[in-house]
Amino acid sequence: MRAPTPALPDAPLARHLLLAAVGLVAVVLVLQGVSEFRRFQLAEMAYLGIAAGGLTVLTGLNGQVSLGHGALMAIGAYTAALLLPDRDASVPLPLVLLAATVVALAVGAVVGVAAARLHGPYLAGATLALAVAVPGIALYFKDTLGGEQGLPVVLPEPPAWALDTAYFLTGQELTTSGYVALIGWLVLTVTYVLLANLSRSRVGRRWRAVRDDEVAAQLAGIDLGRARVSAFVVSAAAAGAAGAVLALSVRLAAPSSFTLTLSLTLLAAVVLGGLGSLTGALLGAALLTFLPQVATGLGTDAGLSDIQAAELAPLVYGLVMVAVVLLAPAGLAGSLRLLAVRRRTRGALSTTSKGTAR
Amino acid sequence: MSAAPAALAVRGLSAGYGPVTALHEVTFSAGRGRITAVLGANGAGKTTLLRTLSGLHRARAGSVELHGRAVTGVPAEQMAGLGMAHVPEGRGVITELSVEENLRLGALGRGRGVRADKAGGRGANDLDRAYALFPVLADRRRAAAGTLSGGERQMLVLARALMARPQLLLLDEPSLGLAPRIVAQIFALVRDLVREEGLSVLLVEQNARSALSVADRGVVLDLGRVVADEDADVLARDDQLRHAYLGF
Amino acid sequence: MQQLLNTSLVGLTLGFVYAAFALALVLVWRSTRVVNFAQAPMAMVTTFVALVVIEGGASWWLGLAAALASGLVLGAVLERAVVRPVQGGSQINAVILTLGLFIVLHALAAVVFGNRYRSFPAPFGIRGLEVGDRTVALTPTGVFTIVAVLVVMALLVALFRFTDLGLRMRAAAFNREVARLLGVRVGRMLTLGWALASLVGSLAGVLIASGSLVHPGFMDSVVVFGFVAAVLGGLDSPVGSVVGGLVLGLSLSFVSGYVGSQLVPLAALLILVLVLLVRPGGLFSTTTARQV
Repeated sequence: MRAPTPALPDAPLARHLLLAAVGLVAVVLVLQGVSEFRRFQLAEMAYLGIAAGGLTVLTGLNGQVSLGHGALMAIGAYTAALLLPDRDASVPLPLVLLAATVVALAVGAVVGVAAARLHGPYLAGATLALAVAVPGIALYFKDTLGGEQGLPVVLPEPPAWALDTAYFLTGQELTTSGYVALIGWLVLTVTYVLLANLSRSRVGRRWRAVRDDEVAAQLAGIDLGRARVSAFVVSAAAAGAAGAVLALSVRLAAPSSFTLTLSLTLLAAVVLGGLGSLTGALLGAALLTFLPQVATGLGTDAGLSDIQAAELAPLVYGLVMVAVVLLAPAGLAGSLRLLAVRRRTRGALSTTSKGTAR
Repeated sequence: MSAAPAALAVRGLSAGYGPVTALHEVTFSAGRGRITAVLGANGAGKTTLLRTLSGLHRARAGSVELHGRAVTGVPAEQMAGLGMAHVPEGRGVITELSVEENLRLGALGRGRGVRADKAGGRGANDLDRAYALFPVLADRRRAAAGTLSGGERQMLVLARALMARPQLLLLDEPSLGLAPRIVAQIFALVRDLVREEGLSVLLVEQNARSALSVADRGVVLDLGRVVADEDADVLARDDQLRHAYLGF
Repeated sequence: MQQLLNTSLVGLTLGFVYAAFALALVLVWRSTRVVNFAQAPMAMVTTFVALVVIEGGASWWLGLAAALASGLVLGAVLERAVVRPVQGGSQINAVILTLGLFIVLHALAAVVFGNRYRSFPAPFGIRGLEVGDRTVALTPTGVFTIVAVLVVMALLVALFRFTDLGLRMRAAAFNREVARLLGVRVGRMLTLGWALASLVGSLAGVLIASGSLVHPGFMDSVVVFGFVAAVLGGLDSPVGSVVGGLVLGLSLSFVSGYVGSQLVPLAALLILVLVLLVRPGGLFSTTTARQV
């Protein structure tokens, strides 16, 4: 097939980098144009998008389900919190993000190695256990991890060059939430470029081969266990980075942020977006961010109490998950793509038939 | 031909998978109390034919009559009750169940249960008869069917099919992977059953030589079409056909 | 000494409930190759049904009957309506489906029954029995829990071992095609299997709730414990799941009693990881690897 836009470079890496740069500029412009509350929401969308991106690689490309990405985010968030206890913390921000990623990666490796020897529901079950277990750790080690109240996170001052650049580009001062959202989208961009390249590389092809046909993959010399573990580890690392961004955004790492519901809704986002598509994951993250407000508003208008109305958004996620599996197994993005292809083929067919009629 | 309808009459049967057509308007009949062999190379459509006859696979066109009764489109789970027993390829024992449980299951298809405690009744007699016919199975009645050898499994599926007291038995490749001595034993047993109980048999085989040695009639399939439908001894003597389709 | 005894007694009681829940998971896994993660919210919903019946003035026993009956219906309906269509498709779609159901049932329960903790009555006393001049941690309700689970298990064994229906259900679970050829109506058997599993799960739900608090999330950790117990037992074996449940109940009770109750789910995770690393086929498997 021909590349959709001939103007874009052919090499995937170059194309991804170009897309990323364009995306980042767009993000900076959008961030400057919206309210503080929206900036906060955009930061939320960024960390949900990072985690969902990791999850979509695991689920879509490797055919495994993780219910523990919320817990892995918690691990990233607590790592960040421990490294940023006060304003004098000397750990630079990139290092904090890196540390959060590495710790989540290590935990992911342990769970992944155990579960990957068997396929089917084992990873789902093990990660479900992870999701339920992790908040308990924070409660048990009260003195180090702050118990129910959690650990405060102190955001380091933005470096002067960043403030200057932002002012130079947009003509406005960079606010704190704007700064956090910017960090979030920067991390998201880096993560997505890495994930996109990885999924097109030999490693990505192996993941897909294992997903499609285990026997064939094994005959081709692919180590099934290693392919499954590597997919889960990469995915866990993304969740760790997402957790660190979350901690920066809400300035807190607390067990109540990382319930089983978070893990399940991340999966919902990935399913909504169409398994395996990063664009879909971002779309899903947008829905997770903006739908609850809308749904709750509609619910209270319809006479539900606040608590009841707050359950409408998860109800929608769940119903859509069930509906997608039953009606459109390729996910929303996938189905739209299919629809577009079908329309295009139909169009082509009708032109040819017209041609012959003439 | 006599006035009584054939055990099985197939007319213009077509079936396939997606865009692939595996059976093209297959027409033949299997006589009562006789063994009809369906022969052909791998991929000729033999197994698809049996699966379509027993309702596991949907026919695209054509009709099937069992003793003069139209059974086209009847689902597999109802066929057992109508007197057809299909013994699938690969010796379909349920490995997790014991030998006796497999046999009891066979009797359930007829709608009358056989109690494990053998409290008497006709069901228990059927079990006794199966064990008399296959003494090997009697010795292993409590063993999981998965622990049986290939030959023992073939005997178990045969015995299980008989538990339903079928009038027509569909056998898919019973000789596959078995030692010649065991194959001969099983074929002799089928022969005896036909002679003594008036059972009709449709025998699908790739091993044409052995099949024709017990069969009364042979139907040869090639790429889903019937290319010959003759008495077994005529087929066995037809050198041209043998070389072209039967490989011996 | 006293604490050791009490911890063991608490663990045993819990173990029987986990065993029941694990058994429900295994029943569904065996017949449809789906790990029904929605088993937890299903049991939660039927427990709420029981609570509504009891709060309406009926006895605890009528509440239990209502929970079991609604469990039976819920299991059958879900199998027919949403699980059947994904059968034979990819494993991952089945997992995602049960998780979607998980979220839906959770949210629905929170809307219908409210999102707060409500107390659930117990059928018998919830004070420890007195042995000599000491009080031990085994309550009359705990004794009833053990008896109830044992009775249900005995009934299931009788069904599967000694009845034609049980034989048909096992045949349908093990080999659908052969079962069909032998006249077994496989679809009906699978529906019945889900219904029975859901009934057993509902029993576990009511037993856990009795003398305690219910909330839309009150079964969430139980599905984890049930899953770990089932994997301990090999996931395919009903007997294994029961033994796995008892082992897990005792182990977790010791973690709770001697380390801290907050670490109980972590201990379950560690046990799961250990089993998967050392004996992936479960504690009782003879082979080291398992093909699923």
